[in-house]
Amino acid sequence: MTNLVIAEHEEGELKGATFNTVAAAQAIGGETHLLVAGSGCAAVADAAAKVEGVAKVLLADSAEYDRSIAENLAPLIVGLAGGYSHVLAPATTFGKNVMPRVAAMLDAQQISEITAVVSDDTFDRPIYAGNAIATVQSADPVKIITVRATGFDPVAAEGGSAAVEAVDATGSAGLTSFVSAEISKSERPELTAARIVISGGRGMQSGDNFAMLEKVADKLGAAVGASRAAVDAGFVPNDYQVGQTGKIVAPDLYIAVGISGAIQHLAGMKDSKVIVAINKDEEAPIFQVADYGIVGDLFNLVPELEEELE
Amino acid sequence: MKVLVPVKRVIDYNVKIRVKADQTGVETANVKMSMNPFDEISIEEAIRMKEAGSATEIIAASIGPQQCQETIRTALAMGADRGILVQTDEEVEPLAVAKILKALAEKESPQVVIAGKQAIDDDSNQTGQMLAALLGWSQATYASKIELGDGKATIIREVDGGLETVEVTLPTVVTTDLRLNEPRYASLPNIMKAKKKPIDVMSPEDLGVDITPRLKTLKVIDPPKRDSGVIVETIAELVDKLKNEAKVI
Repeated sequence: MTNLVIAEHEEGELKGATFNTVAAAQAIGGETHLLVAGSGCAAVADAAAKVEGVAKVLLADSAEYDRSIAENLAPLIVGLAGGYSHVLAPATTFGKNVMPRVAAMLDAQQISEITAVVSDDTFDRPIYAGNAIATVQSADPVKIITVRATGFDPVAAEGGSAAVEAVDATGSAGLTSFVSAEISKSERPELTAARIVISGGRGMQSGDNFAMLEKVADKLGAAVGASRAAVDAGFVPNDYQVGQTGKIVAPDLYIAVGISGAIQHLAGMKDSKVIVAINKDEEAPIFQVADYGIVGDLFNLVPELEEELE
Repeated sequence: MKVLVPVKRVIDYNVKIRVKADQTGVETANVKMSMNPFDEISIEEAIRMKEAGSATEIIAASIGPQQCQETIRTALAMGADRGILVQTDEEVEPLAVAKILKALAEKESPQVVIAGKQAIDDDSNQTGQMLAALLGWSQATYASKIELGDGKATIIREVDGGLETVEVTLPTVVTTDLRLNEPRYASLPNIMKAKKKPIDVMSPEDLGVDITPRLKTLKVIDPPKRDSGVIVETIAELVDKLKNEAKVI
């Protein structure tokens, strides 16, 4: 087997899910190479060369790969894919956007969001919002895969010493161009990588009230998330959304505040090690997945929680 | 300008699904089926384009058994102009769907295909992107706002870090995200009118598409079950348990 992992990076650094994706490649076995494509990303390639378990880094440094424009990135990956048995990317909006283009160009049926490697041609993946797990087998000569990061412990960022090899740029497709971005900046850990997450739902009643959760998050070194209802209501930006079609998280501790626990929200957090629910409705479905539940008014309980934590 | 909108018939989002005891799949017999919620958003967006004068005709297409006609009728009742059913009782994977939609796009020449970002049954999140690649078109996934211009469109996308604005050339494939719009309910007069709108029925063979699945599903099982939890009475008790019992803080 030889696996090509498409690295995700931002502002000169490899993003967390890349390390989980390399782990998935290692579970498949054989040699793993990392593709770093972007504009002005030589430093990322150097970091990639140090990733544990990576045998080679391919560097495609050219303007057309800036912002990971799928129409430009896909032909690059397709051109390299012939040398590999498996091509993997993280199941982030980056990987999910580009990989199906690669698969279609290779006439391959992509396998999305694998959570386990059963063998080099057989993988587990969640369906129906994670309420069923399907084990699927592919006969495609090159397997195109996106990896759900919560399914694989990340490899270490240090320990490897791969060579970096430049690959030819493939040019711009001239179809899509980046205009601007509004990206959330926070001192807090990233939602998908945080050890502890505290999330608010419709019960928070306003965006201002999320400040209460932020205080608890600060005490715990946690990330702050939200249910779809809170995002739809405009309490917090879209990147806070945890759920079937938002972010999938599996922290050591997930605290759900004023969240009813709809199927679609559970899909995003039910693999958390410990789940706490704070809700005034004792019938709320969230209590069925919570390890510890407390029924009461969050506007009293959350400040109390903040006080109770040193 | 024509807009092509694929619509998928899926188990309703509110249904608690059951995995079949023989591990071959999920129980769909006698289960409520509905239009994939992201596809409702797609149809709604196409209708708004028509109401704004940008779109002239909305074609709703579905691929599957004959019951998919109900899903197409819902789209027609919302305001789509005509429907296409590519009828098959076989399993259709995203790659096969994309190939069928490519054949339809080549027949109908839409300037925009609006697809849901994922179907809530398979959760693959592939079809729109695959279709764009097969057609050699631009793509804009996870759209929360679409502004059509002259030969191009400006689209705001919901991405992991927040929002990204891109400009795409037309024709394009856009996939819809939750906050693009709030779909309308079909009014009774529109439901009645929809009965007279045409639905063409054809087979994948008529379009020259081989839909043989590539993946073999070996088994489908329940996810691991969580142990039941406890209700605690006080915050002090909660913090104590988190520290000393669960040991997560």
